[in-house]
Amino acid sequence: MSLELRGITKSFGALVANDSIDLKVENGEIHAILGENGAGKSTLMNIVYGLVAPDSGEILVDGIHKTIKEPRDALASGIGMVHQHFMLVPVFTVAENIVLGHEKSGFAGRLELGDARARIKEVSDQFGFDVNPDDLIEGLPVGVQQRVEIIRALIYDAKVLILDEPTAVLTPQETDDLLKIMRELKSQGTSIIFITHKLREVKAVADRITIIRRGKVVGNASPTDSQDELASLMVGRQVELVPEKFSHVIGDPVLTVKELTIRDITGRALVTNINFEVRAGEILAIAGVQGNGQSEVARAMVNLEEYVEGSIIVDGAQVIGMSVREALHAGIAFVPESREYDGLIASMSIAENLILDVHDRPPYAHGIQMSPTVVLAEAEKRKVEFDIRLQSVSDPISSLSGGNKQKVVLARELSRPVKLLVASQPTRGLDVGSIEFVHKRILEERDAGRAVLLFSTELDEVLALADRIAVMYRGEILAIVPSGVTAQELGLLMAGVVNA
Amino acid sequence: MRKLNFKLPSFRALKLPGLSFLLAMFFGALLIAFSDSTVLKHIGHPIDFIKAGGVAVWQSYLALFQGSIYNPSLATPHDSLLAWYPLSETLVSAAPLILAGLSVALAFRAGLFNIGAQGQFIFGSIAASYVGFHFHLPIGIHVILSVLAAIVAGGIWGGLVGLLKARTGAHEVIVTIMLNYVALYFLMWLLGTTTFLRPGRKDPISPDVLPSSRMPLLAGNNYRVNFGIFIALAAAVFVWWLLSRSTWGFRFRAVGANTAAAKTAGISVPFVMTSVMAISGALAGLGGAVHVLGSDFSLTSGTAGNFGFDAITVALLGRARPMGTVFASLLFGALRAGGGTMQANTNTPIDIVLVIQALVVLFIAAPSVVKWVFRLKNLKTTGELAAKGWNG
Ligand SMILES: Nc1ncnc2c1ncn2[C@@H]1O[C@H](COP(=O)(O)OP(=O)(O)OP(=O)(O)O)[C@@H](O)[C@H]1O
Ligand SMILES: [Mg+2]
Repeated sequence: MSLELRGITKSFGALVANDSIDLKVENGEIHAILGENGAGKSTLMNIVYGLVAPDSGEILVDGIHKTIKEPRDALASGIGMVHQHFMLVPVFTVAENIVLGHEKSGFAGRLELGDARARIKEVSDQFGFDVNPDDLIEGLPVGVQQRVEIIRALIYDAKVLILDEPTAVLTPQETDDLLKIMRELKSQGTSIIFITHKLREVKAVADRITIIRRGKVVGNASPTDSQDELASLMVGRQVELVPEKFSHVIGDPVLTVKELTIRDITGRALVTNINFEVRAGEILAIAGVQGNGQSEVARAMVNLEEYVEGSIIVDGAQVIGMSVREALHAGIAFVPESREYDGLIASMSIAENLILDVHDRPPYAHGIQMSPTVVLAEAEKRKVEFDIRLQSVSDPISSLSGGNKQKVVLARELSRPVKLLVASQPTRGLDVGSIEFVHKRILEERDAGRAVLLFSTELDEVLALADRIAVMYRGEILAIVPSGVTAQELGLLMAGVVNA
Repeated sequence: MRKLNFKLPSFRALKLPGLSFLLAMFFGALLIAFSDSTVLKHIGHPIDFIKAGGVAVWQSYLALFQGSIYNPSLATPHDSLLAWYPLSETLVSAAPLILAGLSVALAFRAGLFNIGAQGQFIFGSIAASYVGFHFHLPIGIHVILSVLAAIVAGGIWGGLVGLLKARTGAHEVIVTIMLNYVALYFLMWLLGTTTFLRPGRKDPISPDVLPSSRMPLLAGNNYRVNFGIFIALAAAVFVWWLLSRSTWGFRFRAVGANTAAAKTAGISVPFVMTSVMAISGALAGLGGAVHVLGSDFSLTSGTAGNFGFDAITVALLGRARPMGTVFASLLFGALRAGGGTMQANTNTPIDIVLVIQALVVLFIAAPSVVKWVFRLKNLKTTGELAAKGWNG
């Protein structure tokens, strides 16, 4: 099935998010869309899926005009979409989630899952999804949940599948699996629109590439173009994909973690007895497959975990037992792993989000009276410095694109003088230009003698930034290796393989 | 653009409440027509029916207006201003409601559903009247101390809820509902004690508060309107300032909108819960004081009337914004004041007022109805109502 967009235009107030966009996706092709943060990619996809109403423009499926007012219309026209935030009910099984909204009931209102289960098995086998219809969603890894979403789209006969940054939340292994699935879908005739900021993935699967900048289609690229070429087409300037890093003198330990054990509320240990230190001017990366205890370690650095034993010393002070506020004031900056969950407050303004943790300190407040003008002026400054694409700093955060939200979190945490920077997945969802900028900033922090504790599932990022790399596996630190390791060695360690 | 989160209730924000009110008045009109026996006599003749119905509706709504704002027949040759007496009554019943409504609105903005304004209002009334009738103090000081006592009593009663929630996770809805009962039965018990029972009376009623502790009258002895309305308006400005200009309000809103993010930013969630509920309680308690010291003067078991529950409605109607809550309370005050006149002068029972109030809330809670009726496309319906349900 082919999908054609003609002259799609959408404005939010004075901002033209999509400026008469034309796009054609051929039958059975993987069509990648590249563009900076805020270029208008998600807006365009939401229009196609009926989540956002365009100001003007036409959507044609197999050459026939379609009126798409809501997702139901899109599905009826054979268009499916997988959102970055999965729309699954955690306490339901895979099959129950898939029939949700299309339930058939049998005798005395009993939910009939028989057909659905068979179909799920069928689709799962056909494309190699490896999904069991009877598993509970809450027990499944993110990558598998995503496959459930894809199966849902396929079962309702989606012939064009929209994937908006599907790999942002996946581990490298899960990403490879997804790319494999995408190829399989394509070979069986499904067209895919694929949005990602990772050029490697684009080169690996895309048949054609459309580049969008500031709401306009600025051209096409070929998957055979080099990553550098793609990057500069996208951003409109040369981008250094691997940051330059100079060796320099490393100072005294700023962070010392000793015998740290973290438990969940049931008393089960998620992190067992780990030890490490980070020195001034050093970046220690903690690598590992998601779910091996890194998130908990990161949160423990500012005392967000409740059941913690051991010691965390930052610049001579014991963090355990402090309040979160005291930990932050003791000189720790903290970039949380999920901007949506605990990084930002969606309904508050961009300016307010930029000062969330310092709102009660001068110059933003004197006593309990806040100074709105100072807050706004500061926001204007950060907007320029971090190139946050926005209309007004008084707008709510929710009006920003994904990558620009991430920039707000970074702008907040990197603008405070600190001794230790704890950053989890700092470049999640950022475009290559912004990643370059953030990497530079993190290296500047290091060069200025700060200790940096970096948590990342991106191997490239870890290898580019880290001075030393600690690999976590099942709640323990398996090894701490120097930055010279290869991606392959690191990959093995992350899988729990220690070669003596 | 130069302002941080300060928006006067713009026309956009007033659109949904305004249209909901119109729609509710329309359904109210239907009810008036169909419940009037003289109108129903004409049911066989559509034209007559519409005529009679129109007259009934017009008379009822006219009476509502005359009972709440301006009634020329009240003017006397000596004093033509007396026609405004109903407006004074509207303000008298709006003042305590504004305060109780602000209490609910403030908690809403911090993500808490304060069903307990009623109990806090009761405690405020008890404290204010006790200080008001028991002590003999100089004029001026007496009323100030009575008011302060109410603020403290309401604040403690409300703060208790926040403390319980912060410490034990007890859901504030359940706790406040229970505490409302506790407050009511405590009041009934008190009214039986020798301290509170008015000498010479057997029915539960307390002595009148002393004149020195009463709210000063604003328009002379012919009108009941008193200083309480100024207190209520000042409280609205205070809540506005608190929410949009102070670090405390910043924290309240942060916790209300995303507790996890607030916590990660170093905001103490237990402290916010306790303090916001204490301030909410203080506002409702102040409402009790304004009621007892301004117009009722004595305590009975029905002192708090429906103030604490109407408070929830006006906070909802006002989109949990201070100025919105003021407008909504004035509207409710007017309906309440006018309802009596309507019942007395026409065949329409006062219950119609309750129906209109309920419908307004219903339409606000279900904006799609309003959107559909008025063919609106992009009506802003997401608001500041941050209180979460049972999972919050
Ligand atoms: N509801 C909205 N209100 C106002 N502006 C909006 C809204 N939704 C999107 N925008 C703006 O439209 C522009 C395009 O946003 P969009 O989400 O499409 O970007 P994107 O290309 O997906 O970026 P990213 O790579 O960061 O996800 C952005 O500048 C964004 O701020
Ligand atoms: Mg996007």
